[in-house]
Amino acid sequence: MTPIRAIGRPALAATRAIGAVALFALRGLAGLGPGSGAAIARQLVQIGWLSLPVVGLTALFTGAALALQIHSGGARFQASDVVPAIVAIGMVRELGPVLGGLMVAARVASAIAAEIGTMRVTEQIDALVTLSADPMRWLVTPRLWAGMLCVPVLVAVGDIIGIMGGWLVGTTSLGFNSASYIANSWAYLEAWDVTSGLIKGAVFGLVVTLSGCWFGMRAGRGAAGVGRAVTNAVVAAAVGILAANFVLTGLFFE
Amino acid sequence: MITLRGLTKSFGDKPVLDGIDLSVAQGESLCVIGQSGTGKSVLLRCILGLAAPDAGQVLWQGAPLDRRRFMAQFGMLFQGAALFDSLTVWQNVAFRLRQRMDDRRARAIALDKLARVGLGPEVADLMPAELSGGMAKRVGLARAIADDPAVIFFDEPTTGLDPIRARAIDALIRGIVTETGATAITITHDMDSCRIIGDRVALLAQGRIAHDGPVRDMDRAPALAAFLGRVPLHGGPDAAS
Ligand SMILES: Nc1ncnc2c1ncn2[C@@H]1O[C@H](COP(=O)(O)OP(=O)(O)OP(=O)(O)O)[C@@H](O)[C@H]1O
Ligand SMILES: [Mg+2]
Repeated sequence: MTPIRAIGRPALAATRAIGAVALFALRGLAGLGPGSGAAIARQLVQIGWLSLPVVGLTALFTGAALALQIHSGGARFQASDVVPAIVAIGMVRELGPVLGGLMVAARVASAIAAEIGTMRVTEQIDALVTLSADPMRWLVTPRLWAGMLCVPVLVAVGDIIGIMGGWLVGTTSLGFNSASYIANSWAYLEAWDVTSGLIKGAVFGLVVTLSGCWFGMRAGRGAAGVGRAVTNAVVAAAVGILAANFVLTGLFFE
Repeated sequence: MITLRGLTKSFGDKPVLDGIDLSVAQGESLCVIGQSGTGKSVLLRCILGLAAPDAGQVLWQGAPLDRRRFMAQFGMLFQGAALFDSLTVWQNVAFRLRQRMDDRRARAIALDKLARVGLGPEVADLMPAELSGGMAKRVGLARAIADDPAVIFFDEPTTGLDPIRARAIDALIRGIVTETGATAITITHDMDSCRIIGDRVALLAQGRIAHDGPVRDMDRAPALAAFLGRVPLHGGPDAAS
């Protein structure tokens, strides 16, 4: 009995937790109403616009490093001219969404958890309830939608900058001709490569904002409670992105 | 009319409320006193459902309290003010009003409520982080009364205020209850506040209501005398020996 129980208990707890998070997400997404538009717009600035620099820099260096790696790796079987195509496909399908998502996780999941967590421990969320305002609608709904809407855009920007990073390295130090580098990038890229990456971005945006909201709303007492909420939110967002990426990649490309 | 029956709440294995029976009539002002950490704030949270009681009932107008309907005509001053720190002072005060009227009218009402708690129009556009503790408390009070609620809870409305300001706030709360016929529960440590604000006073000790009676009999109640650390003025009915 005991070994079965030892497996059963955590499994049940995990199932319950997943169910609770899913319900939370559905309730959050369903909270759209009058005034949501303006609230989402404010969050788009916080989550999207202000993340542009970090996502752009990450993509630039990643694309550049990727070009160097593929050039030297490809040289082993006389295939260094695949650099443009592989940089483009690698950025758009995998690295753009995943690294962009992870950078947003670091910036945004923490900020959301800290803000909502502080509101929790200073009773601002209770105050919302006493003022007949639903905290889910006020705090969670705009963040979830903003995350889902703007991370794909960040991913698209990251894709372009990443490919530019590869192009910079390719043309300045790997001896590629600029026009043929660009032509080669396009030639092997399919629409689905791009679309799948953008869909990943939307899912990652939801994962990031959801974990920030979830842990923020559940922050324990005091500054320590907020600190724990922030840590948990970032860790959960990062692991959630990588796990979701694995599942989505399997779904999209197998 | 709010009635509590056998309200019980513990955190971990630490009992905080241990079977509270208490009721407040329509238009009545009840003061709840008790030592720090005896669970006064927890009591208010349990009534509102912000903390889930372990056992017991909260009735409002004879039926289990329906949170949505109750909150629609309710106002609360939190012990820590709980102002929304992303909104300005007037937006905090007018929070509920802005759901159903334009900003100009809501702001005018907010300025009026701020004036009633002794704050001038110059604070209206400040952020909560720019206020002193006592100012934040008064903004919280203005927010609680902004929409003329029928039921109001005040968690230590005068803590952190100077004595003159404190008496003015006491008079304001008493005035609101008398004028609007609101039902009020006020938590306080200040016996002078109690005398001004309250019709009735209840003492919370060891998780139970140790005393519950009219404010005018306050000085004769042995349980209150013990709480205040002095002997009763005149022997109360149950202090014969
Ligand atoms: N969320 C919580 N988790 C654990 N313990 C709690 C929680 N909330 C309150 N307590 C405990 O319950 C007890 C009562 O707290 P409460 O805030 O109601 O006291 P109080 O009577 O309002 O005191 P004060 O006059 O100082 O405000 C305290 O001992 C506190 O430690
Ligand atoms: Mg308290």
